[in-house]
Amino acid sequence: MSALGDPPLIAGPFAHAPTSIGLTMRLVMLALIPGTLVGLWQFGWPAINLFVVTIATAILAEAAALRLARRPVRPYLLDGSALLSGWLLAMTLPPWAPWWIGAVGGLIAIIVAKQVFGGLGQNLFNPAMIARVALLISFPVQMTTFVAPTPLFSADAPDFLGGLAITFGAQTYDAMTSATVLGQVHTDLGTGLTLLDILPSTYQLNQAAIGTVAGSLGETSALLLLLGGLFLISRRVISWHIPVAMLATITLCATAMHLVNPNHFLNPGYHLLSGATILAAFFIATDPVTAPVSARGRLLFGFGCGLLVYVIRTWSSYPEGAAFAVLLMNACTPLIDHYVRPRIYGRDRRGEPLAYGEDNQGTTR
Amino acid sequence: MKLFKIRGGVHPEDRKGLSSERPIEPIPLPHLLHVPLLQHVGAAANPAVHRGQTVRKGDLLAERQGVISAPVHAPTSGRVVGIGRYPANHPSGLSVPTITLQPDGEDRWSDALVGTDDPFALPPEEIAARVAAAGIVGMGGATFPAAVKLNLRQRYRLHTLVINGSECEPYLTCDDRLIREQSEQVLDGVRIMAHALGVGHIIVAIESNKPEALAAMRAAATGRAEIEIAALPTRYPMGSERHLVFTLTGRESPARGLTADIGVVVHNPATAFAVHEALRHGRPLVERVVTVTGAAIARPANLRVPLGTPVAHLIEQSGGLREAPARLISGGPMMGQPLPSTRVPIVKGSNGVLALTAQEVNRREPMPCIRCGSCVGACPCGLVPLELVARTRAADLEGAVRLGLMDCIGCGSCAYTCPAHIPLVQYINYAKGEMAARGRARHKQIETKRLAELRSARLEAAKRAKREAMARRKRQQQAKAEGETPPLGNAEVGTNAEARP
Ligand code: SF4
Ligand code: SF4
Repeated sequence: MSALGDPPLIAGPFAHAPTSIGLTMRLVMLALIPGTLVGLWQFGWPAINLFVVTIATAILAEAAALRLARRPVRPYLLDGSALLSGWLLAMTLPPWAPWWIGAVGGLIAIIVAKQVFGGLGQNLFNPAMIARVALLISFPVQMTTFVAPTPLFSADAPDFLGGLAITFGAQTYDAMTSATVLGQVHTDLGTGLTLLDILPSTYQLNQAAIGTVAGSLGETSALLLLLGGLFLISRRVISWHIPVAMLATITLCATAMHLVNPNHFLNPGYHLLSGATILAAFFIATDPVTAPVSARGRLLFGFGCGLLVYVIRTWSSYPEGAAFAVLLMNACTPLIDHYVRPRIYGRDRRGEPLAYGEDNQGTTR
Repeated sequence: MKLFKIRGGVHPEDRKGLSSERPIEPIPLPHLLHVPLLQHVGAAANPAVHRGQTVRKGDLLAERQGVISAPVHAPTSGRVVGIGRYPANHPSGLSVPTITLQPDGEDRWSDALVGTDDPFALPPEEIAARVAAAGIVGMGGATFPAAVKLNLRQRYRLHTLVINGSECEPYLTCDDRLIREQSEQVLDGVRIMAHALGVGHIIVAIESNKPEALAAMRAAATGRAEIEIAALPTRYPMGSERHLVFTLTGRESPARGLTADIGVVVHNPATAFAVHEALRHGRPLVERVVTVTGAAIARPANLRVPLGTPVAHLIEQSGGLREAPARLISGGPMMGQPLPSTRVPIVKGSNGVLALTAQEVNRREPMPCIRCGSCVGACPCGLVPLELVARTRAADLEGAVRLGLMDCIGCGSCAYTCPAHIPLVQYINYAKGEMAARGRARHKQIETKRLAELRSARLEAAKRAKREAMARRKRQQQAKAEGETPPLGNAEVGTNAEARP
């Protein structure tokens, strides 16, 4: 230190980028809106009910937990992180699931997966994915019952009261159920059929892109989710590393296996456009709290997510693997952050100062 | 010329428009000048005048002590009314040795100052010596004695002099104005420095958001093949020496080293101007251009200010305050420091006085870190600021050092982008200060131990000598008694000498 004593208690900078956690969260929500609206529209009132219940539970749980922990409720609620967790969870639920699926999910996401770890920024795992996996394991029937799209106000769609009956009553809707393409393929391959027999009857790729297929509440419209994701990248809310690495890995794996045996392995288009792939790549794997912080670490993380998604979908007993994949990679995040760091200016990768030859003409390594 | 892209960095709103079109203006002298004797990195200067003495502008007030030091000269003619302590231009507001001068209003230069018509005929050592005698220090804010940097030739093989006209801090426009208005003089100073360094290649680097300064330099440098003018991309912290040199050469200077390790020396345009004044006119460094700006300043300006002028006087000359500022800063908003009061004087390294409103500062209550990695992406040094801070908060300073704490240049890019508004630099500075204090304490401990050991060895040796002397006397007495000749007594001296390390 100088002769002038201790470092100043107040240090710069005395300017700040126009950012805040609340703004970040709001931008993510903005990016989610188009995909969400399509989901709500095509799955109708039951989906809207479930969406509202899930988010409301998440927010109430957050408020209660903050109060219990004697932390200021307002600033943490206003930052929108609980709302976003609830929102993302709702996106991954079967749209006509009963209300208590959303409520239990919201509680698990906020209380077990977030507040128990210490609240905002402290959780190791993505709260929405923890809730989703816990629900899947505990309530496999409700969590795997999907319906064919029946857009709001269309002939087959339940009206408002019908929606309430489905979400809050015990009304069955067996007539409406329909499998997701990944689910159907998974089941049929198990019975010895080949893709040539299965696919034509189940699925059109362009439908998956738009979203008019059976699936989770907000996962179906790959195209709109992709647009939202690109918006986030352009606003620098997320970096491109995780989505690009994840999607590239899935594409590579799927292409390779499809070339090996086109009758048994789906082509990459199906993997990219169906299920949770796009939602997970842009909105879930990129959750800052649970992903690595460096660019190279994120590439590795995205690669791991993509690989696991493919492996779980193809060889495990589950037709969809995004939630498991993200959680497994979340567990690796501390390790990745420990070993994969940026190179410090003026040092080589091992941390030794750069050495130049006698001629002062060295180049950086 | 080909430029290389640095990692990280941020794009703060530059706010230079407040003052960039205001030409440099002289200001009326204040009633008193408080000239600190420590305006530079290194040892404080030693007073060379006595109270009541009258001085002319440019007369020596205090002489340098040691190599890393700089003398201080009278910024105007007048009478020395005090040699004592006065609050420093430093956030602590602590007092430092200061000479107080009462201007006589004549502002008359000393007659003893003579320049040279042909500085290029002087040997390099002589130029460095004159720069040292003129009290010139790095005027970009680092305030390292300029002559020491001119003498790097003796220890490094240098090939390029880079003039850092990036002025990457938002708000500041003093270098921009100086280059625009006095490009000939600046360039002359640059060439003199290149001569002193013995380098044949000069790059004047200016950020592309200052097209007029670029044009002025290009015009001044026409016909000089050894001078290149580089238009830098506008990106903070382009002005960091090591990052500037990387941008220009594609080479990183080694950690804990100097840019001289890769053959490059960096100087500031205002320093070059001061060198021109010193060599051509014999004038020491007694004034500088200061940007007074910020939304709370009524009439932002670039002022030519005698060193030692109180900050309050500058604010007055800029039309006063429009509203009470949320922050009063010395320097730029990114790396500047809060001013303890407006009484403190302008010093050699003061490039700006900023009166910022709350809206400009945009400070918010910190939230928990959400590990978004913005700070990692913004750090130009490849550090992981969130971890440095986590270690610091966990009191694991050694851990922070292992993660590169000491490689942090304190640029503030990380804290600037943090969406959680965590004061990252504050923690990092605390950790650096604490490590420095520990280093000093350890050094002191080792030194104390060494001195204690020396002392006990000395005492031990003295005791032994005494014992031996007694034994010898006894033997002599015995010998006398027995009638034999005594042995030679040289052993005593030998033992003593050996005991001393
Ligand atoms: S920018 Fe702030 S919130 Fe983001 S990782 Fe760094 S310290 Fe944490
Ligand atoms: S202040 Fe230090 S840690 Fe922060 S961005 Fe600058 S160099 Fe990196």
